[in-house]
Amino acid sequence: MNNELSAIEKTVLSDYKYGFVTEIEADEAPPGLNEDTIRFISAKKNEPEWMLEWRLKAYNHWLKMQEPSWANIKYDAINYQDIKYYSAPKQKKKVNSLDEIDPELRKTFEKLGISLDEQKRLSGVAIDAVIDSVSIGTTFKEQLAELGIIFCSISEAIQEHPELVKKYIGSVVPITDNYFSALNSAVFSDGSFCYIPKGVRCPMELSTYFRINAEGTGQFERTLLIADEGSYVSYLEGCTAPIRDENQLHAAVVELIAMENAEIKYSTVQNWYPGDKDGVGGIYNFVTKRGICQGAHSKISWTQVETGSSITWKYPSVILKGDHSVGEFYSVAVTNNHQQADTGTKMMHLGKNTRSRIVSKGISAGVSNNSYRGLVHVGKNAANARNFSQCDSLLLGDKCGAHTFPYIEVKNNTAVVEHEATTSKIGEDQIFYCNQRGIDTETAVALIINGFAKEVMNQLPMEFAVEAQKLLAISLEGSVG
Amino acid sequence: MLSIKNLHANIDDKKILKGINLEIKPGEVHAIMGPNGSGKSTLASVLAGREDYEVTEGTVEFAGKDLLDLSPEERAGEGLFLAFQYPVEIPGLSTTNFIKTAVNEVRKYRGEEPLDAVAFLKLMKEKMAMVNIDQSLLSRSLNEGFSGGEKKRNEVFQMAMLQPKLAILDETDSGLDIDAIRIVANGVNKLRSKDNAVLVVTHYQRLLDYIVPDFVHVLYNGRIVKSGPKELAFELEEKGYDFIKNEFKVEA
Repeated sequence: MNNELSAIEKTVLSDYKYGFVTEIEADEAPPGLNEDTIRFISAKKNEPEWMLEWRLKAYNHWLKMQEPSWANIKYDAINYQDIKYYSAPKQKKKVNSLDEIDPELRKTFEKLGISLDEQKRLSGVAIDAVIDSVSIGTTFKEQLAELGIIFCSISEAIQEHPELVKKYIGSVVPITDNYFSALNSAVFSDGSFCYIPKGVRCPMELSTYFRINAEGTGQFERTLLIADEGSYVSYLEGCTAPIRDENQLHAAVVELIAMENAEIKYSTVQNWYPGDKDGVGGIYNFVTKRGICQGAHSKISWTQVETGSSITWKYPSVILKGDHSVGEFYSVAVTNNHQQADTGTKMMHLGKNTRSRIVSKGISAGVSNNSYRGLVHVGKNAANARNFSQCDSLLLGDKCGAHTFPYIEVKNNTAVVEHEATTSKIGEDQIFYCNQRGIDTETAVALIINGFAKEVMNQLPMEFAVEAQKLLAISLEGSVG
Repeated sequence: MLSIKNLHANIDDKKILKGINLEIKPGEVHAIMGPNGSGKSTLASVLAGREDYEVTEGTVEFAGKDLLDLSPEERAGEGLFLAFQYPVEIPGLSTTNFIKTAVNEVRKYRGEEPLDAVAFLKLMKEKMAMVNIDQSLLSRSLNEGFSGGEKKRNEVFQMAMLQPKLAILDETDSGLDIDAIRIVANGVNKLRSKDNAVLVVTHYQRLLDYIVPDFVHVLYNGRIVKSGPKELAFELEEKGYDFIKNEFKVEA
């Protein structure tokens, strides 16, 4: 029995294959955070006055806040004065088209399997590539513009579409919301912006790829996505970082707004560097993601595959304001070695006949800790609200932990709220059964965890489902299963 | 094909197998019978390579190789198949996907190209007809919510797909009614050929009405105490295991 367990454990020691560093000169702010840092960032981006004021307001609010300590995670205090808040790869000249991107940067993304060449790109996926603090290019912009779709970096949106940014930024996640979102509001340096006009069904997947490259920097990106009445968009984000023995902070904010009859499908494949097997290094991923179903019959669906980061703290949420609106949260979170994840969702039922569905699959290995934390809130006017939650945990080995913290607040007695939870252990019987059929242990573990996570993986866009399956396997194994 | 010599095996320092000798040639069907706790399932598990058991003495040669030196998946690659007494459930993994992975992993071990989707489907259709299994069962999660009969039929289907040199059936009849036993046995019989062999491990004689063995061995207290033609099974059925127990009490 002990031998079999160690066989499983052996296979969960993973190699992180995105851990390289690109040698490129960077234009950086010195470490430290004060008003000057914020002015520096804002000036670098040539921002209008209102944006700077907004940032400073957030900063001053942040100064008064306390770092939250309620999550089931442990880490040494972060010194916010040690972090560099701005780092941009130096490009020789201003880039007018994707063809002019520095070859080093282009190569970086190619190594990650992301081609910035539109011809070579998977047809049906437009991409915005963000490295450290800035976006270096967005593909298929012209084709999308023909439909009235705006897809660009948030910096560009602040310049080109200030009325939209001004109206919506901070409308879902206000600067006062929480410690990390306040910090992000003060120092965010780039991210993606997307606007889908009325009645338009976005014909391709929109995608942002985030890469942390420079040492000692934090990444603070801001994503704002607005789906106007009757529109549809499917959006995907991916992320990686080099292997370093320091912890790097990633504090992003994502805001989604769905108008009447609009639908937003937002998928994340999160693969930040998780730290080594002894827990040294890795990304602190403290992220605030929230969407609002503003109009009636709107829908927001979050799907996340979380395999990276040394610490993950994120709760993609939906405010179900419009009547008959629908919120969904599908999550697979894998923790291995010393990784810690405290993740889940909040479903805030405010409108009538609103529905939400939560499917969370946690997979723990090594000495990691994996927590699901979720809130289902039904307001007093939310007649006939309906929620179904399912939280399943799978344990590999006997030194890891799985925890579930469900919170339910119901203020309307017509609500129906259901919660199911299971915890199971990957069995040596299952492994042996596979072995006996000629399947080695690594492949067997991959088959079992992909089976466990299937309901969530099925929600991913086709183009990414296969990649995500492989990623699950890699996170838990020495090689691809 | 299979040559077991003086095989001893322990679990948690408890001696279970105490010197097994057995020779199986291609085309033969052998039955191992014995009372509960005699070591029948242990023998099947040791041959398949389950790590809970420690082999302390003896040798096993299979298809010219030292079987005990191979990992469970290598043994499968060499053509050894175990039909489990309790087939395992894997939620979310479709039976078809599982079998496809198994077939291609075994092919890889043998240095063969993996079957593409079309070739795999063709093979599957052919074998489905052979062992009389329904498509709907194969698109469900592996063994999840299967009845006892469905699980065993699935085992025989996997055996048909993998075409092993030696198939070990571990108490395949347990928990099945007589109709289910007949269906499973028919499947196994269709897979018999002059090149492969079957080792049937069973407590009851009734399975042997349908899978007729060439040799019957009685396992008792970790040793094969009696071997004979198929009629030995009838004798056991008639007299019960007590006569074996009485006969060999001294050695126990």
